[in-house]
Amino acid sequence: MTVLRPMDEAQLVEAVAGALARKAPLELVGAGTKRAIGRPAQTGDRLDLSGLAGISLYEPAELVLTAGAGTQLAEIEAALAAQGQCLGFAPPDYARLLGAEPGNQTLGGVVAANLAGSARLTAGAARDHVLGFRAVSGRGEAFKSGGRVVKNVTGYDLSKLLCGSWGTLAALSEITVKVLPRTEAETTLLLHGLDAEAAVAAMSRALGSPLGVVAAAWLPEALTSGDSVTALRLEGLEASVEFRAAALAALFAPVPQSRIAAAFWRGIGNAEPLATETRSLVWKISVPPAAGPAVLAAFPEGKGFLDWGGGLVWLALPPTPDASAGRLRAIVARSGGHATLIRAPAEIRAAVAVFEPPGGALAALTNRVKHGFDPETILNPGRLYAGM
Amino acid sequence: MKMPTPDAAIIQRRRAIAEALRRILPLESVIDDEDERRVYESDGLTAYRELPLLVALPSSTAEVSAVLAYCNEHGVKIVPRGAGTSLSGGALPLADGVTLGLAKLNRVLDIDYAGRTAVVQPGVTNLGITRAVEAQGFYYAPDPSSQIACTIGGNVAENSGGVHCLKYGLTTNNVLGVEMVLMDGQVIRLGGRHLDAGGYDLLGVMVGSEGLLGVVTEVTVRILPRPQGLRAVMIGFPSNEQGGDCVAAIIAAGIIPAGMEMMDRPAIHAAEAFVKAGYPLDVEALLLVELDGPEVEIAELTARVEAIATENGAVSCRISRSETERLSFWAGRKAAFPAVGRISPDYYCMDGTIPRRALATVLQRMAAMSRRYGLRVANVFHAGDGNLHPLILYDANVPGELDKAEAFGSEILRLCVEVGGVLTGEHGVGVEKRDLMPAMFNDTDLDHQMRLKCAFDPQHLLNPGKVFPQLRRCAELGRVHIHGGETRFPELPRF
Repeated sequence: MTVLRPMDEAQLVEAVAGALARKAPLELVGAGTKRAIGRPAQTGDRLDLSGLAGISLYEPAELVLTAGAGTQLAEIEAALAAQGQCLGFAPPDYARLLGAEPGNQTLGGVVAANLAGSARLTAGAARDHVLGFRAVSGRGEAFKSGGRVVKNVTGYDLSKLLCGSWGTLAALSEITVKVLPRTEAETTLLLHGLDAEAAVAAMSRALGSPLGVVAAAWLPEALTSGDSVTALRLEGLEASVEFRAAALAALFAPVPQSRIAAAFWRGIGNAEPLATETRSLVWKISVPPAAGPAVLAAFPEGKGFLDWGGGLVWLALPPTPDASAGRLRAIVARSGGHATLIRAPAEIRAAVAVFEPPGGALAALTNRVKHGFDPETILNPGRLYAGM
Repeated sequence: MKMPTPDAAIIQRRRAIAEALRRILPLESVIDDEDERRVYESDGLTAYRELPLLVALPSSTAEVSAVLAYCNEHGVKIVPRGAGTSLSGGALPLADGVTLGLAKLNRVLDIDYAGRTAVVQPGVTNLGITRAVEAQGFYYAPDPSSQIACTIGGNVAENSGGVHCLKYGLTTNNVLGVEMVLMDGQVIRLGGRHLDAGGYDLLGVMVGSEGLLGVVTEVTVRILPRPQGLRAVMIGFPSNEQGGDCVAAIIAAGIIPAGMEMMDRPAIHAAEAFVKAGYPLDVEALLLVELDGPEVEIAELTARVEAIATENGAVSCRISRSETERLSFWAGRKAAFPAVGRISPDYYCMDGTIPRRALATVLQRMAAMSRRYGLRVANVFHAGDGNLHPLILYDANVPGELDKAEAFGSEILRLCVEVGGVLTGEHGVGVEKRDLMPAMFNDTDLDHQMRLKCAFDPQHLLNPGKVFPQLRRCAELGRVHIHGGETRFPELPRF
């Protein structure tokens, strides 16, 4: 196996063009923390993008930052924190869930996987924060899209296309993101003892109120040290947060309540409540919020929790050869949504569709898009879908 | 503006195509009569006009699908159209193309308050969504100035913004799913009432694709609870520079207002003469800052904004004391375009975005251009996100003035790109900015965009002549070029 580690875009072009000429597929890697997600790589050579690193532009007053795709996220978050800013989508780190070393992912990895923490509900995912990029497609050609301003409809929004494409369309070399000021204060109200149905009803009520709830999650008794908890997060000016917390508390009286520190949310975003279930397979399921409890209820043999107001289901299941994929996806199909097998041994990921397989005309369209950017299937072949 | 040469064979077959469409649609849904077709000859960019070959007005997804399948099979071009409010010529008809009006698809299909989503047909107006949910305390956030008329289908095509997108995002951040018809008539769904579509984010590229990738027949949007309170602060500055500095200082202080709009002297005067909003006439720049949330938050933020304004040289500062007053502050801004229309026979509205810090420079250079071209310019500006709307005043009846206005506009947009901005912030490329695309993108960039187009519409039948300065055949774009392959960069680290 050859590892190619380009240090600039010209070298990246060379690496991909060379692979194209040899028809030698590449596995794209940043820090490698998400290598265990997706179908196992069907490649000989590795394209290591960690050399394309460094923050090249950061203008706090313009709320914009540009960095090499291989830049460590921790470096970016530290630079932002020094100016009282942050990434609005609060990218999670699944390392602990996947048994890897946390704190080691790259900006490109977060974007290629379109990650988002609990703030997804109100602030969006990586897709909503990437303003532009430079990349090298499977044609071995460098191209760019977008820009460095938020308001931009010049040409197709290819940033969206690359977010969540898992390195199957192009190798990102540089990414521009919008950044946000950190909020001055925050608090999280916990409602105790609600079951999943009641929790989703409470979260919907909170999110439908004008109290500015930015994140809402539910943990069952089995994943806490006491009661089940429904967590509602507020952010903003201190006086406003206190006022709204009181209003929210009044809204849910007499349900038993308490407050918890912000660190709670990092754990939720990182799916850490399931990290200790080391033998289980872990699914990440996106559904309309009302459908979350039904997904959990259908798997009494599993353990799971809800984020995104009920719309994100994290589910750990006992290992089975088919990962219960058929049963799970049939349930998800009833409400609409999609299920991704985030953690499973390689042999299961090779046998089961890790990402929700598109059907019919959408599958054909997906193939044509892939073919347009990577006609010889040299970038992460098979990682998203078998044969693509 | 040169459009693709119309296909004479198609034009000759006009009658036969009309008959075929009448077998697919009810008789009254196919418009053949020249006078009736003339209604569709232009959109909001009225400088360009073309009589469509025919107009088809489907009233269901099945009808859209049947029309597209027929046109795909017979090589007939399609121009999708919502309310026709595009300011970039996105719905400009083609002499050899069927204009596909989606106005009959105008129903609100489902509202889910608990899940905070609404499912609507593409012909529902932007404001119509808010009207449908406001009794329950909800609204649809993106609010382009044309919201009373523009449709959600058009908003999806253009990724429309509005004054509140600084805090609440553009169309693309507020749409969860679409049902759409591909050019070959196949119906697909992207996303739904959940977050983040599985697979490639094709929903993300559909939004803002200007009618070149497919025809949207159903849209699922997020609806938001209306904030507890809203207040507007109106601040006057003796120079554009100080206004711009104040905007930067507000953002730097960590405040993201619900809206932040700026107007220059000509725009202030035009707006005040039109709606009597009570704007100060002795200032060079007027800044409107809207703050929302509970009273305690609004009060605190208002005080902070006022203090920042004073530090940055504000000469007047008024805070709305009632909802009526807040709306009157906005009335002038919202009526700025028609207000300018009253002081000039014609105006040409531009739409570049710049980094905020470049504002003063850009306005200065624009003033110099204005003198050079001998045309006045008024500026309204989504200050919070750097989106400029210079309105170039001209008279189409004076020979050569339209050309001059267009040249002036192009120069402004090139300037936007030069300072790190983009050609269009929210109006779209359309036909208007099509030939300026090379100012931002090289051939490789554009070829990659067009390959996406080829995946959706390989025959270039959907809205051709828009967005791309030249159409390249998909077969040619699909070819793989091997560039060398042997090591040209021996220094590339290999392990």
